[in-house]
This record gives sequence, C-alpha cells and structure tokens, in this order.
Amino acid sequence: MLLHLFALLTAASTAVLIFAGGLVTSTGSGLSVPDWPNSYGWMMFTFPIENWVGGIFYEHTHRLIASTVGFLILVLAFWLWRAEPRRWVRRLGFIALGAVITQGMLGGITVLWYLPDPISIAHASLAQIVFCLTTTIALATSPGWRTGYVGRRFSAAGAAQAEPNDLRTLQRVAKFTLAVVYLQIVIGATMRHTDAGLAIPDFPWMFGHLIPDHWDPKIAIHFAHRVGALSVVLMLLATTGHVFAHHRRRLELLRPSILLLVLVSVQVTLGALTVLSRKEYVINSFHVVTGGCVLITTLILTLRAHRARFADAHATAADEAGAPVTAGPGHSGAAAGARA
Amino acid sequence: MRTLVLTAFVAALAAACGGGEKPAEAPAAPVTNPVDAATAGTVTGKVTFMGTPPPSEPISMSSDPRCMNAGAKTETVMVSGDGSLQNVFVYVKDGLGNLKFPVPTAPLVLDQKGCQYRPHVFGVQAGQTIEILNSDMTLHNIHAWPQTNQEFNVGQALQGMKDTHVFTTQEVMVPFRCDVHRWMNSFVGVVAHPFFAVTGADGSFELKGLPPGTYTIEAWHEKFGTKTASVTIGAKESKDVAFTFSG
Repeated sequence: MLLHLFALLTAASTAVLIFAGGLVTSTGSGLSVPDWPNSYGWMMFTFPIENWVGGIFYEHTHRLIASTVGFLILVLAFWLWRAEPRRWVRRLGFIALGAVITQGMLGGITVLWYLPDPISIAHASLAQIVFCLTTTIALATSPGWRTGYVGRRFSAAGAAQAEPNDLRTLQRVAKFTLAVVYLQIVIGATMRHTDAGLAIPDFPWMFGHLIPDHWDPKIAIHFAHRVGALSVVLMLLATTGHVFAHHRRRLELLRPSILLLVLVSVQVTLGALTVLSRKEYVINSFHVVTGGCVLITTLILTLRAHRARFADAHATAADEAGAPVTAGPGHSGAAAGARA
Repeated sequence: MRTLVLTAFVAALAAACGGGEKPAEAPAAPVTNPVDAATAGTVTGKVTFMGTPPPSEPISMSSDPRCMNAGAKTETVMVSGDGSLQNVFVYVKDGLGNLKFPVPTAPLVLDQKGCQYRPHVFGVQAGQTIEILNSDMTLHNIHAWPQTNQEFNVGQALQGMKDTHVFTTQEVMVPFRCDVHRWMNSFVGVVAHPFFAVTGADGSFELKGLPPGTYTIEAWHEKFGTKTASVTIGAKESKDVAFTFSG
C-alpha cells in the first residue's frame, strides 16, 4: 500500500511538472536561464532565491520540480525492483526512469540549442509519456487492480453483467481513443512550439468562417488541433457512451468515464479561453495539464478494460518470484481476481 | 592501378561538369576605403508619422523589484508633437556596389539599465564589436536571434558584467530580447558600410560621406515596417529625403 501511495505521489508530481512546463512556454521563459544544467553559473540547487525573478522564476522552478520528479521516479524504480513481484511492473519502473532521464536531456538540449521546434515538441510529447508511465505504475500497484476490481460493482447483477469477453468492443474503442488523444496532444505541442496558438484568432469560427478562408503552415497546424479536439470529443463520447450503455455497473470503468466527460468539457473550455484570452498564461498552462489528465484518464479506462489480460502475467510473476499466490496479500488477490 | 582509375574518373567527371565552357571571370577585387572626402556628399532627411500614433504603454516591472524604473514606458512607437518618429533605422540599402569600408575599432555599447536596453534601436557595421553591459542590480539574459548571423543567448548575473559579440554578416534587423524581463527588447541593424543612422526625437537623420552615386535608402521601424526611396547625389552634394509612416 505504501508503494502505491508513493507511486500516486510520483504521478501527481508529474502532473505538477507538466503544469510548470506549461508555464515556462506560456510565459516565454524557456531561455531565461541560458545555461544548463547550471543556472547563471550556480549549481542548480544553490541558485539564490532572490534571483528567481521574471522568467527565471518559471524556468528555474520547472528545473527544480523536474529534478524532484526524476528523483521520485528513481526511488520508485528501485522500490519496484526490490518489492514488486510482477516483472512487467518492475520493467515499467525502469522504463519510466529511462524516459524521465531522456526527458531531462531533451530539456537541457532545447535550452542550449535555443528551443528548436523538433526538440521542444519531443520534450512536450515525452512529458506526457512519462505521465502515462507513472500513472500506469500507480494503477498497477493499486489495491483495485491487484484484486481485479472484484466487489466493486453496484450489485451482484452487475458482477455478472460484463465478463471479459464482453469487453472486446470497449477495449478496441478505448485503445483507439487513447491513440487519438495522444496524437491530439502532439499536435497541440507542435502548435505551441511553432507559435501557432493564435494563428486562427477567433473561436468558435475560424476567420469568421466554418473553415479558414486562407492558409499557411501555422493556420494548418492550428486547424489540425481544432479538428483533433473535435475528434477527441467524439471518440470520448463513443467510449464513455459504450461504458454507460454496457458496463455502467462496473465502477472501475464508470468512474473514469464520468471523469473523462468532465475533463474533456473543461479542456474544450480552456482551449477556447486560451484563444479568446490571447493565450493568457495560466489558462494556457491549465490547458496543457488538463490535456495530460484527459490522456491518463483515458489510459486508466483502457488499462482497466484490459485488466483480465494481465492475469497470466500475474501468475507468471508469482511463479518467477517463487512465491505463487502468497507473495503478498495484494498479489494473491490480484491473481485470484484475474482468474475469476 | 586503383589510383590510376580514380584519377581518370575524376578527370572525366571534371570534363563532364565543365562542359567545355570558359572559366568564369573572377569578380573584381573590392575597393577598400573608397571615400574621397573632396567629393563625398550627404543624404539628410526626416521621418514622420501621419495619423494618431498608438500611445506608449507603461511597463509593469513588478516581476522584478530590483528593476527600479518607475514610470518606464514602451519605446515601440515614439512620436513627438510635430509628428517626428523616433527609433527609425535609416541606411543605404543599395548602390554602394563593390565598395568596402574599414570597420570601426571602437565597440558599440548596448547597456541594460533600469531593465531597458539603451539604445532601443541602433546600428553597427558587420565585424564591429558590440559590448553588452549590465548596469542593473539584477540578472539579465541577452538573447539575439538573427536569421543569417549566429544566434546567441548569454546570462549576466551581476551588475557590471560585460560581454562582447560580433555580427559578421549584414542583416537588418537583428532583434535582442531579455527572457527574464519580457518587456526588454532592442534591435540592431547590421550593415556592411558606415552609412546608417537612427532617428532621434526630432525624427531627423544624416548619412554623411557618401561617394557620388545613386542609392536606395531604406527606413525601418519595428512596428510600421520599411519604406524606401531612391536618391542620386553628385560631388559635394547634399540631398534631402523624407519618409512618412502611418499606422
């Protein structure tokens, strides 16, 4: 349970880091500290607080939060390595560690190379992958996942309502939705780092029309993001609608579905406000982190829809660990739940 | 044997590429220091703004209390009561042909004072040193992002710090920005000759020591863009050129 709480803390810290990164780009502070990994010649952790002024405040705190998240993921990876019986979860810890190290390197390179678009876009896109990885670890170490969500239904009838073979449609739709959401985030990062956020200055119209009446690369990127937003909304409606129609008694699916509807409503509103407020930096940054929350909630729904497929992995891990179903209370429950 | 084959191949390639044409004539060597003071002329003029100019906005420097520049305003559009437009970079864009001019050895100072660049608009010759000075009790980064010259971004953490930089290629204009204090910006016109000026509060400019000839004169303003004019000057002649911008 302690490991799960630590994984949750790490995932939440990643969300804070993404928000801080959003603030850096929204305030145009990415180059306010020209050196890396030092800050104006100081070692990062000894940089005097009275110098955290203007754009430095955003860039330097982003670096400090990133260092903290990196440290948390390092601890998490080694904790999983020592205590986690499932091999795939242990591997996930080291993948997350590799991803966050790569992420830090990309952050440094983008500063030293004056924010080249491809590097900055990769930095923004990988941040969401790190968020997905820490979230997946938090989910996999949760009591619900370990027990296969047994007993988390509205009624006994609900328990019988949706067995794994009924989840195939949801699995397909959710996976596709997850891909669409991530693609939309990459397009958003592209729009952000190519300074195309106001290339179409009005909302909901586009230069007063349904489709822009003139084009350039920035308008095309911005337009793609709006089309992407529409696609995400439609896909999320399809996914959550399917859950409401067929799996509404399964709380582990119903809850993220309801949350997704709330989040996507907030996200569309934030997107509109970002344009209408001429990219006000707090709104803009919340738009970035809410996008990440839509992504990880979709991921959670997708993973829970696939929960039964992890049953074999649980059994294998238990065998490898030499402690079949008695490796731990959570693990035995998970195996039992998965086999149920 | 291998060397022989390779030599033959290179020779064949050279013949194929050359196509039997006569070698192109080498460009004439540039004439260095070509101005004859006895015949040099002058282009003078004034830049004005027609219409109602946008007002200078107060700058909020609350994000850094050490800036200490109460009442500072933006310098993007500075128009005097008679319509004179300040901070316009005026230079000879074309007409100097192959002439080459000596580069001043004295550096040009770009100061950061009161969290504003001094001057806001200036010019240098390609190859001339720019000395960047931090007169403030706070940190600045100096970030120049040219299109043809080399981009750079350096930090100055302490008051009195100096850095130097040389732009090697003509480029009008190169923007400077401080990412710590987002309101701070400056523009430098990098030209290959000494015939440039920046208008002051009276909107006037003067380009002295020009050899007789026909020139394209360009006036650049950071918000209103560019205007050009053609002027011909004879020996010891002075010509007047007026530029008018509108919003």
